[in-house]
Amino acid sequence: MSMSTSTHLSPEMAVRAQIESRKRLYAMAGWLALIGLLVLSYGGAGVDFGKLWNNRDNIATLAWDFVPAHFLTFVERAEWSFYIGAMWETVQIAIWGTFLAVVCAVPFGLMCSTNVAPWWIVQPTRRVMDALRAINEIVFALLFVVAVGLGPFAGTLALFLHTTGILAKLFSEAVEAIDHRPVEGIRATGATSLEEIVYGIVPQVMPLWVSYALYRFESNVRSAAVLGIVGAGGIGMVLYEELRSFNYPTASVIMVIIIVAVSLLDMLSARLRKFAS
Amino acid sequence: MTAAIEVRGLTKTFGGGRKALDGVDLVVAPGEMVALIGASGSGKSTLMRHIGGLVAGDRHATASGTITVNGHAVQASGRMARDIRTIRGGIGFVFQQFGLVNRMSVLTNTLVGALGRLPQWRTLLRWFPRHDVDLAFSALARVGVADWAFERAGDLSGGQQQRVAIARALVQKAPVLMADEPIASLDPASSRNVMEILQRINAEDRITVLVTLHQVDYAVKYCPRTVALRKGRVVYDGPSAALTPQLLSELYAGDKEAVAALWGTSLEEDADSLEAKLAAGLS
Repeated sequence: MSMSTSTHLSPEMAVRAQIESRKRLYAMAGWLALIGLLVLSYGGAGVDFGKLWNNRDNIATLAWDFVPAHFLTFVERAEWSFYIGAMWETVQIAIWGTFLAVVCAVPFGLMCSTNVAPWWIVQPTRRVMDALRAINEIVFALLFVVAVGLGPFAGTLALFLHTTGILAKLFSEAVEAIDHRPVEGIRATGATSLEEIVYGIVPQVMPLWVSYALYRFESNVRSAAVLGIVGAGGIGMVLYEELRSFNYPTASVIMVIIIVAVSLLDMLSARLRKFAS
Repeated sequence: MTAAIEVRGLTKTFGGGRKALDGVDLVVAPGEMVALIGASGSGKSTLMRHIGGLVAGDRHATASGTITVNGHAVQASGRMARDIRTIRGGIGFVFQQFGLVNRMSVLTNTLVGALGRLPQWRTLLRWFPRHDVDLAFSALARVGVADWAFERAGDLSGGQQQRVAIARALVQKAPVLMADEPIASLDPASSRNVMEILQRINAEDRITVLVTLHQVDYAVKYCPRTVALRKGRVVYDGPSAALTPQLLSELYAGDKEAVAALWGTSLEEDADSLEAKLAAGLS
């Protein structure tokens, strides 16, 4: 559809039509840039769908090894309870990692908020939180495995640090978006700064904070399932062992357990988040 | 007797050099109920926020304003008093937009009035003494919203929320109550109700009330004394009853809109009758 600035448009509408067509030009340029970027990184990402076709026999064999009808006969009952126990350990890692992160993200989040703290506290705190976010949980886990030894505690600490960085940022964004009039109402009664935060700010941001914390818990369960691969405890450790020894039926049991557990926790946390708002 | 509110030579300059307050002097005796009127932008809210210790005045040596409330210095020469939090505790403040925390219960919002005099370890645990809870309930009953004590403040109507804000000031036991445009966001019935409550606590508790209004008729009806501001200066300070359309148009000469707004909504809606009324007043 062309938008001609024909006779019937008022000057104001003509300007708006011009702005409108310029917007469409920008949108088109944006799409072109995206396509260019995809082409540019095609080789680097090693995209070669032919490989999927050439290796089809291999893939079919692999898939056949994972088929449920197979693994049910292979896996003993005792092993099932062992894997479920490992999954539970993963969830426990996520619970404590998230809990410690929430505890720290509350003060750090407030210290990152320009409407609460002065710039000379905000800027350094933000940079530290940026660093915590920039470093992946896996990297932290590798470090903590060396520091505190193999096992779930390394995973808990890794999740704790990375999640603190994420939650502090999300928490402070919520704090910066509050309505200031209630806070001033609290201040006018002669309250202290801490009371202003507890009575004026926290009630306003609570639904968002709860929702963010639960969402991070969901993500942390998924992350904790992977952390085991570097020796930081949980079901990932077991899964990696089985995959490395080409024990696909068992590996598929473990993956099914992960899928079921993660889906259940996602559903539960979604329910809780709805409840919190 | 010390004045309830004493403002001397207060000046406030905002960015761009615009003077929001220009050498304001104001003395309010204990137990008075005074209206502060003026068109929007005349500086009445700015003055209120200075008296309440929420903003500091200019620091220029030439314009060193002082504010004293209940005999305690709130600020002098643009510097807040060191114990400003204690002093704020003695000044109740009611805002146009109520200043309540929507997601907290009406009761907790009311109890916030006690924060200034309670130890912090108690308030951070939200563990209020029994007699303060009783006081909050009786304050809510006085303003007629006790039945809503356990509702969220945000679920109440504007008029009810403003009454909760007044209950909070009552729990504060402040001898001075500043009400900044308390009825500007309310319908006429709620406005009268809120003004009557202010009048009642002024008469019964001898609480000094300074209330900003943007309509003269409310000032005339509820406050014996009115102070009028124009462009940051006090242009009238005297009995409200003396405020006639004629006097107003003299005070706000050359600003017909200000006169229209101050003289009431009925005129605002009908420009012709404003002209008629002004003509009648002038003839």
